[in-house]
Amino acid sequence: MNWRIYLRGVSVIARKDMRIYYRKAPVFIFGLILPTFLFFAFFVGRELDINKYFPGFLAMSLFFTSSSVGPLIVPWEKQQGTFERLLSYPVSISIIVLGDTLAGALFGLLISAIVGLVGILLIPISVTSIAFIFVAFVLGNLCFSALGVFLSSPGGRTPANIMMLAALVRFPLIFVSGIFIPLSDMTGPGRYVTYCSPLTYLVDLLNQSMNQAHVFSWWADLLVMTAFMTVFVVSAIAVLKRKSLKGL
Amino acid sequence: MDLKFLARLRFQLCLFKNLFPLKANTQEPMSALEVRSLSKRFAEVVAVKDLSFKVGQKEFFGLLGPNGAGKTTTIRMITGVLRPDSGSVFVEGIDLSKNFLEAKSRMGVIPEMGTVYPDLSARENIELVGRFYGLSKATRQQRAEKLLVDLGLKDRADDYIRKFSKGMRQRVSIACAMVHEPPILLLDEPTEGLDVMSRRLIVEKVKEMNNSGSTVILTTHNIEEANRLCQRVCIINKGAIVAIDSPERLRRTTEKIQVVEVSFDRKVEPDWFISESITRAEMCNERWRFYTEDPDRAIEHIMKVKEGRGLKVLALSTSGPTLEDVFVKLCEVP
Repeated sequence: MNWRIYLRGVSVIARKDMRIYYRKAPVFIFGLILPTFLFFAFFVGRELDINKYFPGFLAMSLFFTSSSVGPLIVPWEKQQGTFERLLSYPVSISIIVLGDTLAGALFGLLISAIVGLVGILLIPISVTSIAFIFVAFVLGNLCFSALGVFLSSPGGRTPANIMMLAALVRFPLIFVSGIFIPLSDMTGPGRYVTYCSPLTYLVDLLNQSMNQAHVFSWWADLLVMTAFMTVFVVSAIAVLKRKSLKGL
Repeated sequence: MDLKFLARLRFQLCLFKNLFPLKANTQEPMSALEVRSLSKRFAEVVAVKDLSFKVGQKEFFGLLGPNGAGKTTTIRMITGVLRPDSGSVFVEGIDLSKNFLEAKSRMGVIPEMGTVYPDLSARENIELVGRFYGLSKATRQQRAEKLLVDLGLKDRADDYIRKFSKGMRQRVSIACAMVHEPPILLLDEPTEGLDVMSRRLIVEKVKEMNNSGSTVILTTHNIEEANRLCQRVCIINKGAIVAIDSPERLRRTTEKIQVVEVSFDRKVEPDWFISESITRAEMCNERWRFYTEDPDRAIEHIMKVKEGRGLKVLALSTSGPTLEDVFVKLCEVP
């Protein structure tokens, strides 16, 4: 394995994605407008403790932005015919998956950093650990961006279909991850469902770093998010490789 | 030591060298591309069956075959887009399955469906590909500029590709494949459906690359183009090689078949002419082509039909088989 060519490929793919896909309408709609509307729908006009719910809202906006780029890239490129061309360059399927994941994560990082900064400046939130927030942002964005890429891997060449499938997976997750009902308030079998969502662990880590009630220790949150990210990346590579055997 | 002794020693050393050469004299020069027993199956359909061939350095090599013959599948496997079921590909001696990225770094590819990014300009597309091959910023910019000028795209260099015609897109695609000056250039139907000007520009640029030392592998339906450009052609049918040689030698293999070309003053039916001496008749550019092994007897027969049917011959000539005739014969195209 030539690591120089490998890393160069990941970086060029990510730069290409940033240049082409950040301005696409589906990314704008699903990554920016949708979480803003959800915020207005659930938080504005209600007498909610904003300190308590802000970590959840931050996790939700990070989740939506970072997972909005990934589902678009592969189907869009397959539809345009550029995916096959891309594979003829010195890149492999794993390079494409990692490059796309990086591009999605950087988009999510940028937007969630703005949301986080505005929130911290406007709302009197007590931050217990900036380091935790930073790690949560980096790992969370990589994890959910990888989820977005994974969702696009088994699909066809129509971006609209993949975006719908992605919405079908993403919407239920925000209701079972402790954003609207804090994890510490959950009881019964519903609580076990939340354990299956990767978003739960980001919400928990952000709660912890913003002095709110949390369920798991910080290392468990990090470990589970890393595991989810690895599963998404490896699965996306495996599915795309299998599809490439069958002729894309 | 006297001079005689030194001379004898030198002679003995020369003899020793000749008897036990350090490297075998028979060693073959390294092929630019070597395909060994390549096979690919899609469900029940065998797309490529045990395909093996070598392409020499600086050679202009053509892959010919009817639709569905397996040309594009072969190119996809050579370029690493598709994984073969079995067999191997060596690019300048590098095994594609073992050193995937290094082998691909030595190729420039224009896939059959390979387009360029419509949301980038022509210049951005070319420079993006340069990045994949690790070219420095200065080199990327300089080569992109030269290619844009050479391919007649200078005036539209900074326009988005989505505003380009098919011919202009294909020229950008060619520029993308050439920006890293690859030792091997693989072109899958590069001039398909293009206007004359775009086709000429592309053919000239590819020839220029070949003259400056690149190996070119071209798949095409255009037999005339293959005949004119390729030093060797490989004819594929139903996923297997049916012939591989220079166009001239391939023509010689079917030389006993001659063609009598005739123009008549009015419409005729091919059945009137089929006889012992004429095995096949087909219309080509307002002229009838009669295939025969004995032109003398064939002309005699044509004249008999002419007299009997009251036809008038406007022109008559004989010629040897073309590459198309060889292709038709080998692929049994009806």
